[in-house]
Parts: sequence; structure tokens; C-alpha cells
Amino acid sequence: MGTGGAPSLEILRNALIASGTEMTTVAMRRVSADTHGSIFDLLKELNIDVLPNTAGCYTAGEAILTAQLAREALETSWIKLEVISNEETLLPDGLETVRAAEKLALDGFTVLAYTNDDPALGKRLQDVGCAAVMPLGAPIGSGLGIRNPHNIELMRSLLTVPMLLDAGIGTASDAALAMELGCDGVLLASAVTRAADPVGMAHAMRLAVESGLLAHNAGRIPKRWRAHASSPQSGLIATDDRESPEF
Amino acid sequence: MISIILNGNEEQFPDGATLAEVVQHITSATQGIAVAVDAHVVRRNDWAITSLRSGAQVDVLTAVQGG
Repeated sequence: MGTGGAPSLEILRNALIASGTEMTTVAMRRVSADTHGSIFDLLKELNIDVLPNTAGCYTAGEAILTAQLAREALETSWIKLEVISNEETLLPDGLETVRAAEKLALDGFTVLAYTNDDPALGKRLQDVGCAAVMPLGAPIGSGLGIRNPHNIELMRSLLTVPMLLDAGIGTASDAALAMELGCDGVLLASAVTRAADPVGMAHAMRLAVESGLLAHNAGRIPKRWRAHASSPQSGLIATDDRESPEF
Repeated sequence: MISIILNGNEEQFPDGATLAEVVQHITSATQGIAVAVDAHVVRRNDWAITSLRSGAQVDVLTAVQGG
């Protein structure tokens, strides 16, 4: 789970517990009177692994420096790499993301790269050493769900590294679909933190991810254009014609 | 006195001020923070032995909710 958008630290705390998340992402910002490291203390208390991110970076250079600072501050070499193209859409900048990913991977970082739902770009990120690729379902905070399920499924079939659906999840069925499409996990924040009942939605997300994974592993039936009866075709009551019997 | 741009604000420090003293000026925390001088990370162990030139840009970061 992400941590952005929570109305209070107490609600975030209860939502994190209800979601069952094992890893939580945090942003890096300049210290000020109201940023007293409390989120870091909360994650320590809940025994949740911290995944720093480079949210808000527009260039590879900014993202690399932010990752280096996060490694120093939080003592982890894991980084959620996020390089966005503009403030309005918050869509990832593919070229800058690949540039940053390559340098960070060479520098020993475990890079989880946020990216567009582009299978070719995902392959590039895998090839430069990303430990995981995280395609969006829809723009950050939009809650529009998975706009191109086919691309997510195609990407999954082309990549060998873990794939997490990041951004766009609006409700539980979106998270279940991500897992059914073969994702190894989901990363979501707004869908929970901005829900009317964040703790209730966090619980729903936990069940959705579990259900989606079980359904994926169980193997869904193929889709058909025509009906396929599930009742036996033999042993029906015999009638002389196909008209309805009189009562 | 030397002038330091500390987290975007200009501040005055005595000549020979170390990075450790400048960091202490903005936060009492020693864990969960990281420092960059002119966009280069300075490791925690080096703060006390790093002197600053006037005009240096010092950024002190920590983890916050987001992303």
C-alpha cells in the first residue's frame, strides 16, 4: 500500500493493518516542523517494510539523487522509481525512467519501476536490470481501473521479473482483475486513503487481491460466444412435441 | 559568517561551521534523515568533518506520506 492521501496518521495506521500489506511506499521531502519522521516510526512499529519512492521527480537526475538520499536515510537499497512527465497527467516519462533505472541498477539498487502499460517499455526496464516492473492501470489517483487489460496480460507474458499493477485502482474489483491478469501484486493508495471508509476499503482490497490470485491460479474457463449448458442433456421428460405441456 | 541555503532558505552560520552543525540547526533527528550538499549525498559519518563554503546548498530530507 502507498501512504499518500490519508486524512490522518491514525486512519492510515488502521488501514495499513486492515490491508495486510507487507511493504509500504513513502516519499522523500525536505524536513520541516510538521514532518517529524512519524511515518517511518509507524512503519517500524507495524513491522512493515519501507519502500521509498521518487514521487515528484521529472528527470533521471532528480530521481537518482532522491534514491541515493532515501538509501542513506532509510537504510534500504530498494527504490520505487517514478519519473513523471508533467504535473497535469502524472504519466510516467518512459525515456527518463529507463535512464534512471539503468544507473540505479548498476549502483546496486533494487529497482521497482513505475511505467506506462507498454509491453515494449516494460521489456526495456527488465533488460536494464529492474527487479520488478510496475505498469499503471490508469493515471495516478484517477480510480479509473485497468484501462487496457490486454496490454497488462501481454506484458505479463513477455516479462520474467515480478510485475505489480501500480496506479489507477479505484475499487476492489480492479485489484482482483489485476491479479487475475497475472500480476504478482498491486500498489494502491488513493483508492483506500480517499475512500469514505478507508479501513473498510483496505479490508476489501486485501480480500480482492487474495481472490484474484486464487482465481488466476485456479484457471478461469475460456470465454465463449454461445451458451454452454451446465445441466445434463439426457434424461429430460419426453414430450410428443416441443410445445409446453398443458396444466 | 557564511551564508548557507538550507532547505531552500538562506541562513547565516559562523565561519568553519560543519555540516553536522547545520543539520542540527534544522532538526534534532539523527535517524531517518539524509543530507545532500550541492546535490551530492554526504554520508552520516562524514557530517562532522565536512566544512561548507559560503553559498552551499544543503538539503535535509526525510520520509513523508506519499506515493
